Amino acid sequence: MSLLMTKTHLTAIASSLALVFALLFPVTGSADSKIRVMTATTDLASLAQEIGGDKVDVESVARGYQDPHFVDPKPSFLLKLSKAELLIVVGLELEIGWLPPLITQSSNPRIQVGAPGYFDASRFAKILEIPTGQVTRAEGDVHPLGNPHYWLDPDNGLRIAKGIQNKLSEMRPNDAAYFAQRYESFEQRLKQADQQWQTQMKPYAGRKVVTYHRSWPNFSEHFGLNVVGYVEPRPGIPPSPQHTVELIGQMKRDGVKIIMVEPYFDLKTPNSIARETGAQVVVLMPSVGGEKEITDYFKLFDYDIAKLKKAFDETH
Amino acid sequence: MKRFAVLFSLLLFSSIAHAQDASSVAGKPNESAANTEDARMKALEEQVRSLAGEVALLHKELKELRETRSPAEISGPEVLLASAHPEPGMVSSPPAPQAAQTQTFGGASGNAKLLNPDISLIGDFIGTAGRNTVSPSRSLELHESEIGVQAIIDPYARADAFISFGETGVNVEEGYVTFTSLPAGLLLKVGKMRAAFGKVNTIHNHALPFIDRPLATNNLVGGEDGIDDAGISLSRFLPAPKDWFLEGTAQVFRGDSADVFQASRRQDVSAVGHLRAYRDLSESTNLDLGVSYARGHNNAGVGTAFIPSNFLTNLYGGDATLRWKPLRRAIYHSFLFRTELFWSARDQVSTASLFQTQHAFGMYSSAEYRVNRRWTVGGRFDRSGHATDSRLTDSGFSGILTYWPSEFSQIRGQYRFGHLATSPTDFSNANEFLFQFLFVMGAHGAHPF
Repeated sequence: MSLLMTKTHLTAIASSLALVFALLFPVTGSADSKIRVMTATTDLASLAQEIGGDKVDVESVARGYQDPHFVDPKPSFLLKLSKAELLIVVGLELEIGWLPPLITQSSNPRIQVGAPGYFDASRFAKILEIPTGQVTRAEGDVHPLGNPHYWLDPDNGLRIAKGIQNKLSEMRPNDAAYFAQRYESFEQRLKQADQQWQTQMKPYAGRKVVTYHRSWPNFSEHFGLNVVGYVEPRPGIPPSPQHTVELIGQMKRDGVKIIMVEPYFDLKTPNSIARETGAQVVVLMPSVGGEKEITDYFKLFDYDIAKLKKAFDETH
Repeated sequence: MKRFAVLFSLLLFSSIAHAQDASSVAGKPNESAANTEDARMKALEEQVRSLAGEVALLHKELKELRETRSPAEISGPEVLLASAHPEPGMVSSPPAPQAAQTQTFGGASGNAKLLNPDISLIGDFIGTAGRNTVSPSRSLELHESEIGVQAIIDPYARADAFISFGETGVNVEEGYVTFTSLPAGLLLKVGKMRAAFGKVNTIHNHALPFIDRPLATNNLVGGEDGIDDAGISLSRFLPAPKDWFLEGTAQVFRGDSADVFQASRRQDVSAVGHLRAYRDLSESTNLDLGVSYARGHNNAGVGTAFIPSNFLTNLYGGDATLRWKPLRRAIYHSFLFRTELFWSARDQVSTASLFQTQHAFGMYSSAEYRVNRRWTVGGRFDRSGHATDSRLTDSGFSGILTYWPSEFSQIRGQYRFGHLATSPTDFSNANEFLFQFLFVMGAHGAHPF
């Protein structure tokens, strides 16, 4: 009898434990549900959307018109990160000032650094300006691992997309064919678009330009622009009068007519440089969503190239 | 002697014979041997050529690596140095320039840091001038040098340690491990940490928007160190209405924190609870609210006729923060307003040697506005009773101006006026000017929010 009682008790305990566990660990990520993807920036969100199609739910932490170096780690992002299955980051310490606490506090084991759901896009891209030799902050807020604005080269977009395709296929093997087909379509469309962009930019190959921050090395390399100076005296250091005077002199000597500025920088100094040199300030968007009409990765280049082309034509 | 001569001639003969033998072998017109030699020479030439090709390739790669300008052709996402895979067939024919891959895929993250933790040092130099007879501070001091060491421990945890070297000694300000991979969305921290009691208690000196700490912190919540103790912390997001974020934190500490809590027995642990509610009012504006509770034993009963463990301190706190930061101009303009309220109920022995509970209230309100990329102006209003004597109330205000040469250094000036109680009827006015130089070395820490 007592044995029977014990058995009943045991069964009761076991079933209540099972119930507790079922409540604590709800089954997530069933084959049919969409993959919840969070990205650090909108460009990565756009690439993930291209490959994931209707099998993913994608959202970016930073907005396209926001300086990706300085994003507030708001608790509202924590809720979204806590539910994410995949987190795609730019890496190269771009998000070092805000992403690490968000990842830790999300208490989401899936997206912790090194976990299968942590995807560092920089591992797939061609990185420029990797410092050699000693790196000190006398050079400003340098990124010791290389320039993190690498997504502004369509070739890198393609490489990252390939990485995302592999990752999504790994997460949902049943949909691998779907992701492969989406990648192929993306590759085809991007290569086609890139040909047009290259053709549009060809007449201006080798043109000298000045940019505010070092956001454009990959873009300039891909489209054949020659960046000869920066409005910032050093990365992350606000413009100084002395540097501005030197830059004006250099622009006059080199005949530079274009100052490329990111949307989150103050236009006062670029405008005064432009007045002195007869150059034109062009506010280019470094990210998807910088303007309402830039809804995806393709429109980002469409927008920037159209603006540049217009500015080159007007200043020639 | 003869024997020597024979031996010598024998040796000579044998050596000549050996030499002849060798030369006859070498001079033999053996065709197959000559062919082998030719082949060997050719092979050697080939090898030299391929090595030269490899050297040229390496030179080119080195040059390109230095210029960090390489052609865009790739064959796959993870192509590394061509020379990393020196297949014989690959190096014998020097590849076309397009195929000379440099290690530009994936940056230098693979080898730059190895397994070293992120290390930083923050220097905090403070100078004070003016008059303060109640709580004077030194004219010049390297107030604190805080070393931060942070790393991911394993796939399940990360650790953070902040060791502060002050003018009087070394103190582990915080040192804890955070378990990030627990089930049910739990976040566990174990170690010594600043308790989640309100806002200012959790913030390190160098991250405060003022040089000093508010009067209420000094009078009621343990001064500069605050509630900072060894213990265990468990937090979790809680179900919340739409658009709200709720987080609950429960902490248990040993019960020793500055002059707030003191444990005289092992079971005299202190407990801290915090509930945080957050809401985005718009893209650029948000509201952050919190309530806190802390309970622990104090030292009022030590050395009296009473049982020391019967003396408790209960602290209640409320905090509200309103932030505004337009995303398009985040580095130029922002505004923050914060108020914190504290209530203290402290058991102690009265002058008539009776058990009594002193109730004191303290608060501060502060505001800061970022005028441009380099300048921030701020102000703070203070009012606080004394935890040990509710008849004494201090008040004061401060004006603060901060200049940022870069993200890694900060120069700040603060004018501080204090109307400080010295007895229930007497006050002493303090007029002071404080200035501070902060500098950050090493790893780029995350900004507190």
